[in-house]
Amino acid sequence: MTQLWDFPGGIHPEENKLQSTGRSIRHAPLPKRLVIPLQQHIGVPAEAIVELGQHVLKGQVIAEVSEGTGVPVHAPTSGTIETIARLPVPHPSGMEDWCLTLIPDGEERWCQRNPIPDYRNLEREAVLDAIRNAGISGMGGAGFPTSIKLRPPRDRKVSTLILNGAECEPYITADDMSMRERASEIIDGLKIMAWILRPERCVVAIEDNKPEAIAAMQKAVEGTQIEVVTIPTKYPSGGEKQLIQILTGMEVPSGGIPADIGVMCQNVGTAIAVARAILRGEPLISRVVTLTGEALTEPGNVEALIGTPIANLLADAGLEDVYLDRLVLGGPMMGYTLNTPDVPVVKTSNCVIAASARELPAPEPEQPCIRCGMCAEACPMELLPQQLFWYSKAGEFEKAEHLNLFDCIECGACSYVCPSSIPLVQYYRAAKGEIRVQQAEQIKADRARERFEARQARLEREQQEKELRRQERAQAAAEAQARKKAEAEQAVAQGDAKDERAAKAALVQEALARKKAKTEAPPAADVPDRAELEKQLAQARSKLETMQSMLEDAKAQQADNVDKLERAVAKNHERVKRAEQALADAGEPAPSNE
Amino acid sequence: MWTSILIAVLVLLALAVVFGGLLGYASERFRVEGNPLVEEIDSLLPQTQCGQCGYPGCRPYAESIAEGGPINKCPPGGEGTIKALADLLDVEPEPLDAEHGVEQEKRVAVIREDECIGCTKCIQACPVDAILGSAKHMHTVIESECTGCDLCVEPCPVDCIDMITVEPDIRTWTWSPPTSGIIATDRQGASA
Repeated sequence: MTQLWDFPGGIHPEENKLQSTGRSIRHAPLPKRLVIPLQQHIGVPAEAIVELGQHVLKGQVIAEVSEGTGVPVHAPTSGTIETIARLPVPHPSGMEDWCLTLIPDGEERWCQRNPIPDYRNLEREAVLDAIRNAGISGMGGAGFPTSIKLRPPRDRKVSTLILNGAECEPYITADDMSMRERASEIIDGLKIMAWILRPERCVVAIEDNKPEAIAAMQKAVEGTQIEVVTIPTKYPSGGEKQLIQILTGMEVPSGGIPADIGVMCQNVGTAIAVARAILRGEPLISRVVTLTGEALTEPGNVEALIGTPIANLLADAGLEDVYLDRLVLGGPMMGYTLNTPDVPVVKTSNCVIAASARELPAPEPEQPCIRCGMCAEACPMELLPQQLFWYSKAGEFEKAEHLNLFDCIECGACSYVCPSSIPLVQYYRAAKGEIRVQQAEQIKADRARERFEARQARLEREQQEKELRRQERAQAAAEAQARKKAEAEQAVAQGDAKDERAAKAALVQEALARKKAKTEAPPAADVPDRAELEKQLAQARSKLETMQSMLEDAKAQQADNVDKLERAVAKNHERVKRAEQALADAGEPAPSNE
Repeated sequence: MWTSILIAVLVLLALAVVFGGLLGYASERFRVEGNPLVEEIDSLLPQTQCGQCGYPGCRPYAESIAEGGPINKCPPGGEGTIKALADLLDVEPEPLDAEHGVEQEKRVAVIREDECIGCTKCIQACPVDAILGSAKHMHTVIESECTGCDLCVEPCPVDCIDMITVEPDIRTWTWSPPTSGIIATDRQGASA
């Protein structure tokens, strides 16, 4: 006998399972139109890869997820793609989402199937890819893509693989009936998952209120290492964390995943889907759905194609409209009310309850909390539902989070036992939603701040660059002007300024230069002024010229002052030379005499 | 006796000098750059940078609040922000000052693209660079970055920018808290 542990709290609601276990699993007839939502699980929605009016084969991929967490969607049967539109989908909000609609042609023609019965000879990655490409996501509730779940982080070795056949929620019998009738397929799927994960222990856990399922499974595991464990019936023993606690005595850490303590849970329906994907090459295109409730004359389980409108299934199960008061998708504890039966079956839909008014009466009006503490006793997560209720109601989300609001599994045990009929879980769900919205807003605000600051920095930088450019331009302009001035002066000094305008301009330039020289006297003091030097040179040359002409005249006249004049000419020659030298020292080649 | 008094006085004096020096050193060594309160206030503001409060952005408004200014000038933040600010600063929450605007549903700017003439005026107005485009080419709003501040609407010469209220869709939907319209005794009375 395997050792079992107990989890705290829990309740024993009326089971109501017998109604739907009387008949074996039927195949739902092919509907006139299938509605296939593009998002059927947690993660990113798939993108349609078919065109309107395109004919598709059964099992053909019609929508794919290119990046992010997601799995492809397949055509549940052969037929023609009719539309892509926003249609009502099974969601607690009652809102619409993008769906493909498919008109079946009734031929059920399969596309190419690639079964891999010898999967043991393949790489594990290849098998995981095959599971992903078969569109398998968890069929128990949340619908997390199975191929990702089967790839735990490298440092987390899964030592215990649990197949969750507890099915603790009232009314639902889909897993029960699957185990009774498809035990060998379930074990095949479990073996594939066990081969991928290589756990030390492999357990099938079933509540003791399903003796037929236990017997069938025990027969199917004969000759294998797989254990079939019978656990006491108590809600919510099928909750992942609770089941792990029952079987191993370990608790999943707050905010962690079961792989953190070396455990993984998989659902019965998921095991069937995996077996079909690998051994038969068939993608996930149908699932077992429980149809029950007092408004149905023939309650039972059906294997329905994904996308079958729930209205069709109900009609097929003998819905009596007069008795129908409330349509619930999922169980009575964790499910939600559907506003319309026109929503399709998706990969996570496990049960539809067509309840009469007597069966699931409208909840009693909420009364004040009397602090009886029954909710705390019922809570399987050992939280403080009362305190969470106060804080959630008052909007003190920080305190609620501090009391581990996010560890609440929303099982509804607290609401079930509350003598004041307070819809506690609704308060928690609202508080969780509000907290998530606030977090998203905070992230957005932070990003807006970053962008704003980046923009401010950019504008400032641009301003600075502009200023820098302006200064550079001003400097360049000043230099150009100085150069022009110098050239003009040079021209004046050379006497080239023949026309009056140029001469005048040169005079003005000269005056300006003088003035500048005066204002900039200290730096100009030790540097000889070029203009000055040029003037000196010009003067010296003209003097030399006159002296030379005078000398020639004197020579011609045989005057006695020839010697004197010769000395003067030599002196002037020297002067010219000195002036030329000075000018050369000032940096520019001396202007030629010509 | 006087000696003991003197000793006591001197000892205390010495201690005072030592600790005074220590404190003085610590205040220099571990000086906090900027006003940390401004940071905290700024983190509570919605960062729409809309300027409806009369300050050029959220941070200047946070600075004014840190200096004791009113906390009720932020319409995008609304009551929630006022409450959070009141909690932080330990003051009484006040109703939103209607002079600066009223609290509105979350909105985003949407450019009617075929009417856009590519003038870039809205791009220059956007405080968070959420508008994409270049001169003489069509502009568009990056919806995920738009804070709904309104500042781009006014400069548009052809009035092709609409402020659209963000409708909750199936992915952003959250459960709403239960509403109990009647109390139990009312219902019993009604059914009796």
